[in-house]
Amino acid sequence: MPDTVALSRYAGRRRRNAVATALSFAATAFGLGWLVLILGVLLWEGFGGLSVAVFTQMTPPPGSNGGLLNPIFGSLILTAIAVLIGTPIGILAGTYMAEYGRHDRLTSVVRFINDILLSAPSIVIGLFIYQVMVAPLGHFSGWAGGVALAVIVIPVVVRTTEDMLVLVPNALREAATSIGLPRSMAITHICYRAARAGMVTGVLLAVARISGETAPLLFTSLNNQFWSTDLNGPMSSLPVVIFQFALSPYKDWQALAWTGALIITLAVLALSITARSLTSSGKRS
Amino acid sequence: MQPEERQSVVDVALASGVAIPGETAARTKVLGRLRLGDAVFRHLTRAAAIAVLLLLTGVIISLIEGSLPAFRKFGFEFLISERWNPVTEIFGALPAIYGTVITSLIAMLIAVPVGLMIAYFLTELCPQWLRRPIGIAIELLAGIPSIIYGIWGLFMFAPFLQATLQPFLIDSLGHVPLIAPLFSGPPYGIGILTAGLILAIMVLPFVTSISRDVFEAVPAVLKEAAYGVGCTTWEVMRYVVLPYARIGVIGGVMLALGRALGETMAVTFVIGNAHRISASLLAPGTTISASIANEFTEATSDLYTSALIALGLILFVITFIVLAAARYMLLRIERRIG
Repeated sequence: MPDTVALSRYAGRRRRNAVATALSFAATAFGLGWLVLILGVLLWEGFGGLSVAVFTQMTPPPGSNGGLLNPIFGSLILTAIAVLIGTPIGILAGTYMAEYGRHDRLTSVVRFINDILLSAPSIVIGLFIYQVMVAPLGHFSGWAGGVALAVIVIPVVVRTTEDMLVLVPNALREAATSIGLPRSMAITHICYRAARAGMVTGVLLAVARISGETAPLLFTSLNNQFWSTDLNGPMSSLPVVIFQFALSPYKDWQALAWTGALIITLAVLALSITARSLTSSGKRS
Repeated sequence: MQPEERQSVVDVALASGVAIPGETAARTKVLGRLRLGDAVFRHLTRAAAIAVLLLLTGVIISLIEGSLPAFRKFGFEFLISERWNPVTEIFGALPAIYGTVITSLIAMLIAVPVGLMIAYFLTELCPQWLRRPIGIAIELLAGIPSIIYGIWGLFMFAPFLQATLQPFLIDSLGHVPLIAPLFSGPPYGIGILTAGLILAIMVLPFVTSISRDVFEAVPAVLKEAAYGVGCTTWEVMRYVVLPYARIGVIGGVMLALGRALGETMAVTFVIGNAHRISASLLAPGTTISASIANEFTEATSDLYTSALIALGLILFVITFIVLAAARYMLLRIERRIG
């Protein structure tokens, strides 16, 4: 009875397909479930602590009320330093790779090294900056924290700049050259303008990446209980404060840690959504 | 054309052109300035590209330099010794290396199958209008900073595991011969297993998004041919898409492994920071990154600091090898597509 054999084999294949489909549904629900769970808990725990005081008062000693003003300010300063140092270097390096040396050996080596840097453990970056900046100078400093974050910004910006410039059509470069623009002006006035949305996205993604980075700051900018604008001294930052407060035994510190975590997450999500909408609108035009 | 040649062409054009002498001189000056600007910009970009190279070189050199005292003192013993005693200043990296490898292994064991199944869902089964939202949601999961996973793991996930999964594992698998030691001891909540599970959630989006990208790169003709001879969706996945995308998937998995190995904050909160190797997965342990994060600012002596930097060097070497292999594989599949 060959027909029944064929039919039962067919039924078996159908069954296996159904099992795989069910498993893939379950896997997707599992993956999305974590997102919902983490964001849900974060909103639940963090939202209650959100108040004006969080943005106007300093971090408190245990047992009293306070806010997160100095770590928020510190994080903004450190991020600004990182972007100011990292973006120009990243954009210039990406420019070389896409415009001048698209096919040279240097470019392929830099691309490989850059990809390694992109995924290198951030705590190792912290150790590196400790070795070259903190240990020789003998003190922790905001500068060191900013530079450590810049080291994380650079590979992100290099990558997106190169990718975006490569997408710029050659006809634009030829047109620019044909009206007598020197190469450097063709790049800065024509290619950069054409690739602008993508390059800005790269910077935004880099900011999103560093705004939650804790490991490289632990022993570069350290932490500061007080308001400080001195970049040569230890500087407070949100992630490090969250780390310290969450591991403390004090309930009000832990509550502030949740609030800080909520602020960081909202900032990161806002940045990545902005970046995403920038690229999608850039693609459309 | 060489620069000198180009210059001479310009000069000839200027000289032979019908122009007022003063204007020619002015033009030559402007051209010279532009030429200089061009050269400066070109060298600036080149210097920046070289700076990226120097950055990695700097990382390697500074780590080696910093770890020299520890390696000089303990030699090869550092890599295989289980002892970590800051008071008597005897340091061995084995518990940290063990913790790093085991937590990453647990993470990959969970994240790889789940991630592949999500990618399967997104590329083959999901209705078109739902693909983008789910894809974005998965990528948002990748964007959440690791410290958020850490604080969530410490306050929510670890107590939850302590109350549910861990007693269950102890009661059920804790009596099965051979694997019983893996699930022995009290349920602490924090420990190797918890850290591994949190890492799994963290690397899941990486595995998913890279597998989705390589699955999408499989030529439609291949899949259509398989459907044409009567394959089911799963069979197309299993016998056509997966073999074709194999190298890319392995590359993506290694990239995720690189992340898991070097992840610091999510692990530091829940690992328990105990420098010992326990048979039980439920016991507290430590990883390289967690040890550095926890102890670096407390390290009072030079030898202690150096031992921690040596740990960092070991971590860097491990991740470098994994990441380099991952990039090489992804490069191969990119070449095949391009």
